Amino acid sequence: MVVTSKIMVDHLSVNYRDVQALRNINLTVRPGKVVGVFGPNGAGKSTLVKAMLGLMPVVTGRVTYGDDILAHQLDRVAYVPQRSQIDWTFPATVWDVVMMGRVKQTGWFKRFSAPSHQIVQDSLERVGMADFCDRPIGALSGGQQQRVFLARALAQQAEIFCFDEPFVGVDQKTETVIFSIFRELAAAGKIVLVINHDLGESITNFDQLILLNKELIAAGPRDWVLTRDHMTRAYGGHVGFFGHVA
Amino acid sequence: MSLDLALNLAVLDWFFEPLQFAFMQRSLAVAIMVGVICSVVGSYLMVQRLALLGDAISHSVLPGLAIAFLLGVNIFIGAFIAGVISTVIIGWIHTRSPIKEDAAMGIVFSAFFALGITLITTIQRDNKIDLNHFLFGNILGVTGGDVRDTAIIAGLVLLAVAVLYKELLFYSFDPLGAQASGLPTGLLNAGLMVLIALTVVASMKVVGVILVLSLLIAPGATAYLLVPRLHQVMLLGAAIGVFSSVSGMYLSYYVNLPSGPAIVMVVSTLFALAFLLSPRHGVLVGPGRARPWRQLQRLLRPGL
Ligand SMILES: Nc1ncnc2c1ncn2[C@@H]1O[C@H](COP(=O)(O)OP(=O)(O)O)[C@@H](O)[C@H]1O
Ligand SMILES: [Mg+2]
Repeated sequence: MVVTSKIMVDHLSVNYRDVQALRNINLTVRPGKVVGVFGPNGAGKSTLVKAMLGLMPVVTGRVTYGDDILAHQLDRVAYVPQRSQIDWTFPATVWDVVMMGRVKQTGWFKRFSAPSHQIVQDSLERVGMADFCDRPIGALSGGQQQRVFLARALAQQAEIFCFDEPFVGVDQKTETVIFSIFRELAAAGKIVLVINHDLGESITNFDQLILLNKELIAAGPRDWVLTRDHMTRAYGGHVGFFGHVA
Repeated sequence: MSLDLALNLAVLDWFFEPLQFAFMQRSLAVAIMVGVICSVVGSYLMVQRLALLGDAISHSVLPGLAIAFLLGVNIFIGAFIAGVISTVIIGWIHTRSPIKEDAAMGIVFSAFFALGITLITTIQRDNKIDLNHFLFGNILGVTGGDVRDTAIIAGLVLLAVAVLYKELLFYSFDPLGAQASGLPTGLLNAGLMVLIALTVVASMKVVGVILVLSLLIAPGATAYLLVPRLHQVMLLGAAIGVFSSVSGMYLSYYVNLPSGPAIVMVVSTLFALAFLLSPRHGVLVGPGRARPWRQLQRLLRPGL
């Protein structure tokens, strides 16, 4: 079955105590595209994704996927938090972490099934980390850690993939691997939502952009969003990225 | 030859002599169970950087214990309820005010602890209970009922960890990712708090509430320096915990120490050995470390 549902964000506002982090966001995220969420530090990019998934309380608004609230359908979601939020000294191996992608699907009181083992193995091969399955996660490079997290997301066999800053501190090879998998996921009709802040050449890998700074500046096809006016409103006066984006 | 034999016999004698006493059999049974569950549950505290929470819960059980004693209820139940209430209050303070979690813990556990000491000091004038036994452990005080209660708690705790292992692993490694996959992380967290409170309560007689933190953290931390996966940390930690609490009991018996400090001295020594000598992370011998003598030089002359 081809997934055709889209995510609709409707009048979403989020506060941290008395500080407003997001104001009245309205947007639609469609499947089949690699969608980038851009904006300066503190723009509320992480907050937007967490609020969409119901991982934090919202002040107003609702987020739906298909006919229902997205937060009620987390079985269909794979979310990869910012790598810096994770304790990489945790006593676990690469295999253990990717296997976490099968926990919810496996269900309470049950052991991981043989198909789950196969899915984890396939996911590791897809990101090029199969040879590292017994490696403690603390003994990986930043790029390898990010690929392990990508493998965990793949193992969840989700419909909606959300990644928070997956390219921070990763090598060129990893960046290429990750983008090609995003492309495959989009081609398979998945929703792919990627938070990023690097305005370099890699921005051409995104089909659609969501530009944020506390409120929504613009959302839509890349070239439509990347105008001087939008960028100035998001980042302020001095953005030297146009040289990269021909 | 015969000297060897005599020595062996002496060691055996040293080992078996205390076992002829029923109270020592009971204390050892409890010590073994407590060594296992403290290490297993404490591993979660260690990896989640919640050591202070273990301390908070353990200090907070005292008033519940005193009130249960006054009411004639099982003191394990009173202590457990107080431990759970303290975690609820800590969570409440830190989610409903700008106070950080560690400050909330400090406030709540010292308040509970003070109340507990006040209550016990008051009631121990008319009763035959002794505050020190709860603070530092008391091997002589282990009754048949305690052995039964500890066995029930240990069974519950180990069953819960075994059954919820994969969910708790995901939650303790990446709470946000676990929540986003649809796991009820609030319930998992509450379950973990209940396991910690149960474990602390079961450990009162053996180590006492002040030092139980050591038995919660040190075995897991020692194992963590030696093996790379959480279930291995728990298993090796349990072995270390059992060894420590049993040898602590013997020390306590022969040297007439309170059992808690004796156990803690053993487990702390084991940790120090792993810290210095672990093949994986040892300060003196771990991979990529300079030769031991250079390390020592550096320790002695930090400017080097
Ligand atoms: N836990 C928090 N408590 C209070 N304020 C927060 C918290 N997390 C983020 N913020 C604030 O909310 C705003 C948006 O944060 P975030 O979504 O992390 O931005 P981004 O991901 O775009 O860098 C920032 O101003 C930040 O300071
Ligand atoms: Mg962010």
